[in-house]
Amino acid sequence: MRFCRLLAALAVLLCAMFLSPARAEGVDAALDRFLADSFAETEAAIGGVAQSGAPQAVAILQALGERRLFAHPASRGVFWRDAAGTAFDARTGLPAAMPGDAVVIRLNNRLRNVVQAALGTMTLLSPDPAVRLRAAESVFRSRDPAARAAIETAIAREPRGEIRRVLEEAHAAIMLADTGVPESVRIDAVRRLAETGDTEALGLLRQMLGPTAGPLRAAITQGIGAIEQRQQFRAAAQTVWFGVSLGSVLLLAAIGLAITFGVMGVINMAHGEMVMIGAYVTFLVQEALRQNAPQHLDWSLPIAIPLAFLVAGLVGVAIERGIIRFLYGRPLETLLATFGVSLVLQQAIRTWFGPTNREVSAPSYMSGAFEFLGLQITYGRLWIVVFTLVVFLGLLIVLKATPLGLQMRAVTQNRRMAAAMGIRTRFVDAMTFGLGSGIAGIAGVALSQIDNVSPNLGQSYIIDSFMVVVFGGVGNLWGTLVAAFTLGIANKVMEPFAGAVLGKILILVLLILFIQKRPRGLFALKGRAVEQ
Amino acid sequence: MSLTRRSLLGTALGGAAAMSLGIRSGFAQAAPIKIGILHSLSGTMAISETTLKDVMLMLIEQQNAKGGVLGRKLEPVVVDPASNWPLFAEKARELITQQKVSAVFGCWTSVSRKSVLPVFKELNNILFYPVQYEGEESERNVFYTGAAPNQQAIPAVDYLMSKDGGEAKRWVLAGTDYVYPRTTNKILEAYLLAKGVAKEDIMINYTPFGHSDWQTIVSDIKKFGSAGKKTAVVSTINGDANVPFYKELGNQGVKATDIPVVAFSVGEEELAGIDTKPLVGHLAAWNYFQSVKNPANDAFIKAWKAFKKSDKAVTNDPMEAHYIGFNMWVKAVEKAGTVDVDKVIDALPGIEAPNLTGGVSKMLANHHITKPVLIGEVRADGQFDVVWQTKDLVPGDAWTDHLEGSKDLESDWVGLKCGNYNTKLKKCG
Repeated sequence: MRFCRLLAALAVLLCAMFLSPARAEGVDAALDRFLADSFAETEAAIGGVAQSGAPQAVAILQALGERRLFAHPASRGVFWRDAAGTAFDARTGLPAAMPGDAVVIRLNNRLRNVVQAALGTMTLLSPDPAVRLRAAESVFRSRDPAARAAIETAIAREPRGEIRRVLEEAHAAIMLADTGVPESVRIDAVRRLAETGDTEALGLLRQMLGPTAGPLRAAITQGIGAIEQRQQFRAAAQTVWFGVSLGSVLLLAAIGLAITFGVMGVINMAHGEMVMIGAYVTFLVQEALRQNAPQHLDWSLPIAIPLAFLVAGLVGVAIERGIIRFLYGRPLETLLATFGVSLVLQQAIRTWFGPTNREVSAPSYMSGAFEFLGLQITYGRLWIVVFTLVVFLGLLIVLKATPLGLQMRAVTQNRRMAAAMGIRTRFVDAMTFGLGSGIAGIAGVALSQIDNVSPNLGQSYIIDSFMVVVFGGVGNLWGTLVAAFTLGIANKVMEPFAGAVLGKILILVLLILFIQKRPRGLFALKGRAVEQ
Repeated sequence: MSLTRRSLLGTALGGAAAMSLGIRSGFAQAAPIKIGILHSLSGTMAISETTLKDVMLMLIEQQNAKGGVLGRKLEPVVVDPASNWPLFAEKARELITQQKVSAVFGCWTSVSRKSVLPVFKELNNILFYPVQYEGEESERNVFYTGAAPNQQAIPAVDYLMSKDGGEAKRWVLAGTDYVYPRTTNKILEAYLLAKGVAKEDIMINYTPFGHSDWQTIVSDIKKFGSAGKKTAVVSTINGDANVPFYKELGNQGVKATDIPVVAFSVGEEELAGIDTKPLVGHLAAWNYFQSVKNPANDAFIKAWKAFKKSDKAVTNDPMEAHYIGFNMWVKAVEKAGTVDVDKVIDALPGIEAPNLTGGVSKMLANHHITKPVLIGEVRADGQFDVVWQTKDLVPGDAWTDHLEGSKDLESDWVGLKCGNYNTKLKKCG
């Protein structure tokens, strides 16, 4: 076995010597520097490996960037593991047995940049478009003049437009940063960068403004001006988007309450805990998937949604049957009783799951962001907006177009008349409360993606939820929708200049003034039901 | 109304816990020495403080296995102040007057510490406070085993200014809106200005407790970072708000290699609730990390996992502070030969106890301790890689040298018998 490996190593060595003898030596000398466990030596080693031209250089640097490169100083060995966990000897590039006490080679942020820059230059021609895109982005950041030739080749060969765009930007960045090229070329580069109009180009231009003079400086100033102007428009659109996204979270949290409080008139202080239960259901679903079928982890949210609805809905029905039905028409007692229920539920979760946060990871389709008309939109937020609207429409359909919805509206509008018509009002009460609670549970699934999954999760939403329902007009779903988005956007418009703390206070003050003027909220219900 | 209900619940729970523990350790021959544990087991702070209660129970159990102190068993008395600041004072009074404890280990937030201070002064007892804090305080009855600003905030900023830290030139100071971040940021701003950072290169931002919508602020940070100068974020964001903050950073693609965030309140415990893959490279400054390799720490982690009966249990900085503080108290009691409060307070300065990072910490005359400062980078597994640390232990400074009105003050409970001696006016207070 050992002999075989030796032979293989020898063959590779011979092969490497035949191809480029000096380079093969280079990679060995460079790898030795990894053994020192010092950031300065590691930096020298990265440069050495990148320049060695060794076929395993890319694999070594990729492993280093992902904490998969190991050093074993006792035997002067350097190894990497691939994503599947197989160990390779970095000197030969062949599979090898790694000593158990080999240690991971550490990086800091500065070195991580060095690794990315080196990898960028080396992977510009990779067959994988994702790798090429990442490479182009790293070259844009590093602006390493040595990458110029490589990037020019890459631009000529790149079949994909969006990657070619990034490559051209990177090329422009290199030209701009290079004091050796003619001024006219650098001015062209400035124009190219100003066209992209993104924040990174702006940062680069601002950075280059310092050491330049003459027409180039004028071009840069102009470029900065152009980007800033474009960004002002974007900032306004971005604020609206942030507001919509905050509004959708508010709506999601409040929509269940719009049923229990809005339609039924129960002051349900345990509403937040239904949201929390939904979040914990998501956590349990993810844990179960992680242990039994980790490859299907992305399905955790679609599975969690009906489960959360069922669990939270059943808890809701239990609360209604066990407590609230004895307290109809006695708002103060209902408030106290549901507040007690909320404390009990919180402490129960704290006892079962512990007081610390539970990790709910984001599925791949909810991580990251994309650019749309220059706006940065995160997938997670986008899905929550879409999801909220779907839930809202679904609820509207249930209320307006199903027999249960009809009965619910009948019971809330005139209980005795409904009973006289043969509707089982008790049953409808329980179902309505269950529906509201179940929808709060669904909200918990979505909120687990953006907030802590902890016993306190519900508390942070209960006040906001009441605010939205009261502002929108009790008993009116459309009012809740409008109120949530109004509050969300108002909050985001105020935040940049008033600050998050003062912004929140201002919103509350405005809301109080509004309620003084219109006690029934934005869209007041009319008719006999209101008089009760 | 909310307070009464919570406190009722808290009392009931605390009482039950204390009773069951009391019965368990009732076998000691001589009367046991009682130790108070004053950490929230319910409410918002339970997330951080529950582990500190558990670590105290473990340390006391270990000490009892070694035969206790002065031949007497130690008996923990656990109460639950339920994240309710006035209740902290009530519970502290109960521990001292009714339970007659010899020392108390407790508190997390500065406001809870401020709330119990008058009680400890009036009833003359000892409090060990294990959490990093804003400084500007030194009391005869309190021993601060967490970091003062010069043991955490200032070295962290120094690191970010260094070559390895990325030579940051522009700073975002983001914090939760209460006393610790506000004071720390005041100190940091003065320090940065003194270091030649321009006023327009510092952005200060405060958010409410439990803030969950970070879109605007993260996008502001990105914009602030696009001025062509290396930008770093110093975060004193506390507790639950950190999870959505880091999630938003990850989602908006703020990478540590571009804009690193160094946090003062995020440890292993907080990261346990986050998917840390997008956060790799973001930093935390502490005096201890679980990933530090040495025999004492390995033994401590092993004992902790066994005590919690969970392989996933993590250790963190305030736990180490309690470890150091508890051992210092044991040594001081043995040196004084009694648990008499005044004698133990006099015995404590000068006491040395090993910390878990391989050094020996010492209790100073200003009731703060010496500790190393470590900068760690978040790894994908939720632990930290130590990327930088001070060569020697740093002595805690109660009164910062970077603020007017505080730089002339000195604390010395041994020679001067004063917590805020003014060196200019040559008088105490």
